[in-house]
Amino acid sequence: MSHRSFVWLCLLPLAVVTAAFFLLPMARLVVTGAGGPQGLAGYLAILVEPRYRVTLINTVLLAAATTIVTLIVATIAGMFLQRHRFPGRAVLIAMLTFPLAFPGVVVGFMIILLAGRQGLIGDFSNRLFGEKLVFAYSIYGLFLGYLYFSIPRVILTVMAAVQKLDVGLEEAARSLGAGPWAVQRDVVLPALAPAFVASGAIAFATAMGAFGTAFTLATNIDVLPMLIYTEFTLAANLSISAALSVGLGIITWFILALARSFSGSAVAAAG
Amino acid sequence: MSAEAGHGASVRIEACGKTFADGTHALEPATLDIASGETLVLLGPSGCGKTTMLRIIAGLEAPDAGGRVLFDGKDMTAVPIERRNVGMVFQSYALFPNMTVADNIGYGLKIRGMPDKERAARVAELVTLTNISGLENRRIDQLSGGQRQRVALARAVAIRPGILLLDEPLTALDAALRDRLRGELNRLLRALGITTIYVTHDQSEAMELGDRIVVMQKGAIAQIGTPREIYFTPRSRFVAEFIGAANIVEAAVEDGHLVLPGGRQPIHCDGDMPAAVAMIRPETIHVAAARSASLSGTIDSVSFIGDRQRLVVSGASSRLLTVDAPNTVQARPGERIGLSISPDAVRLLPPEN
Ligand SMILES: Nc1ncnc2c1ncn2[C@@H]1O[C@H](COP(=O)(O)OP(=O)(O)OP(=O)(O)O)[C@@H](O)[C@H]1O
Ligand SMILES: [Mg+2]
Repeated sequence: MSHRSFVWLCLLPLAVVTAAFFLLPMARLVVTGAGGPQGLAGYLAILVEPRYRVTLINTVLLAAATTIVTLIVATIAGMFLQRHRFPGRAVLIAMLTFPLAFPGVVVGFMIILLAGRQGLIGDFSNRLFGEKLVFAYSIYGLFLGYLYFSIPRVILTVMAAVQKLDVGLEEAARSLGAGPWAVQRDVVLPALAPAFVASGAIAFATAMGAFGTAFTLATNIDVLPMLIYTEFTLAANLSISAALSVGLGIITWFILALARSFSGSAVAAAG
Repeated sequence: MSAEAGHGASVRIEACGKTFADGTHALEPATLDIASGETLVLLGPSGCGKTTMLRIIAGLEAPDAGGRVLFDGKDMTAVPIERRNVGMVFQSYALFPNMTVADNIGYGLKIRGMPDKERAARVAELVTLTNISGLENRRIDQLSGGQRQRVALARAVAIRPGILLLDEPLTALDAALRDRLRGELNRLLRALGITTIYVTHDQSEAMELGDRIVVMQKGAIAQIGTPREIYFTPRSRFVAEFIGAANIVEAAVEDGHLVLPGGRQPIHCDGDMPAAVAMIRPETIHVAAARSASLSGTIDSVSFIGDRQRLVVSGASSRLLTVDAPNTVQARPGERIGLSISPDAVRLLPPEN
């Protein structure tokens, strides 16, 4: 067998998998989305129809807030964990990364235990202020759940990136008179930027599409995955749910591409 | 350039030892004075504690309890590096990859809040001084090793530091470039007049650059002196062998002579000693006629180096003797030759313990 035909042979499984699990269903989804009474205009519904648009905006804002807060918390925690050795460190890292294995349903359940009607926070605030603080079933509960979900992923990426930082650069900056904040701003954060983009993209995409947590908490939350589910199962509105799915995919992809090119040019401009 | 000169701080290291958290004794408590404007070289083999001492002076490492670091008589031990006003050049250069050459050089000035225009002027001055014109807007990964070295130096000098600390700044470069930059660096340091502490394990670098050299051995100071003192009057066998080439001769001393297998070599020494250790530099041994010389041996090998030739002679001392002879001397392996050595050239070393 020639070298060339061997390469083609190796490509075969890739082609089959791509066609079977990606291209064909996607094509079908796109066709279905255009198959409603409005035809192709069904795709615009996600932007035009007020209820859908509000949901879209909510979802994007929620995902963006999750990403930003996750990055902040995970960076500070990851930096500390990577740079310091203390008793219990290994246990702490294990605990922080524990939620990696949980499905969204379990995370939702934990949020209910924490901030639900019988939750810890409610009990606590009841004792202190005589009023039960319950936010598990709102978008704040969902936000908390997503944080819980994405922090472990981002912490691991940040820790790996911090480990690769050149300590010499920080020492050089200090020798030139830079205090702790300036060192972070001018040396550490720029060096971590690629890790932020990579792990932030995953956190954002996960938050855009996560369903299990929303489903578990859902009483008065409108996020896109929930909307798609409702349209699909309850209203049996196949074409709209297909159009919404495609829209969710494209918008997520678009925002990620935007973030990447922005951070890419920021790095290039600084460099 | 004259505007640059004469702002060096004097440095005193007082009983500074260093034991790392893992128990490694990197440095025995050492005391050292460095005059304002002086270039002091820390020289020694790998792992002897040079970098550790430099980092203690910089403030990147704290000395063990009891140790103090003073600049111009002021105790700086507790002052963090960012407020010590030291310029540092790292072996890896540690240039900021997210900044241009000009931004790297100007970083310390920016941190000090110098206005943009003034900063640009100062950066331009340093670009000229270090010979890197035209590279100002390059990224660091677009520079050669030698150019990086210059940027690192320019960045360290830009802040007008009282003390310049260099950790093997030339080691990462190839030999030819190293020689050229060494000369440039030497001129620059003399012109700037900053107190400089220079770490190297290369003895010729140390000789060329240092006003004084501190030879270090296993975390302790073996000897401090000018290059001449270190070379001509080493205080131990370690120093003698580390600096330049040295013949170490072990022999008995009888009424002012070393008693050697190849004859009796006069030295400056009155008493008798059953076992003395002496050092003789190869270039101080002169080739003479075998018959008339007080010391003779057989040529083992001859290597022609160009400006001189290196003979290895057996039978004169209990070990092989290395002799640097002028390139005009006729010498062939197997020949017997006489060796004439002035008593001044033989230096008795304290016995090893
Ligand atoms: N952070 C550290 N923790 C523990 N031991 C260390 C640390 N840094 C250095 N050492 C040890 O201290 C000793 C002196 O190290 P140092 O870096 O000062 O040597 P050096 O003379 O600069 O060597 P080289 O020429 O190889 O750079 C070595 O044995 C080294 O292993
Ligand atoms: Mg070193």
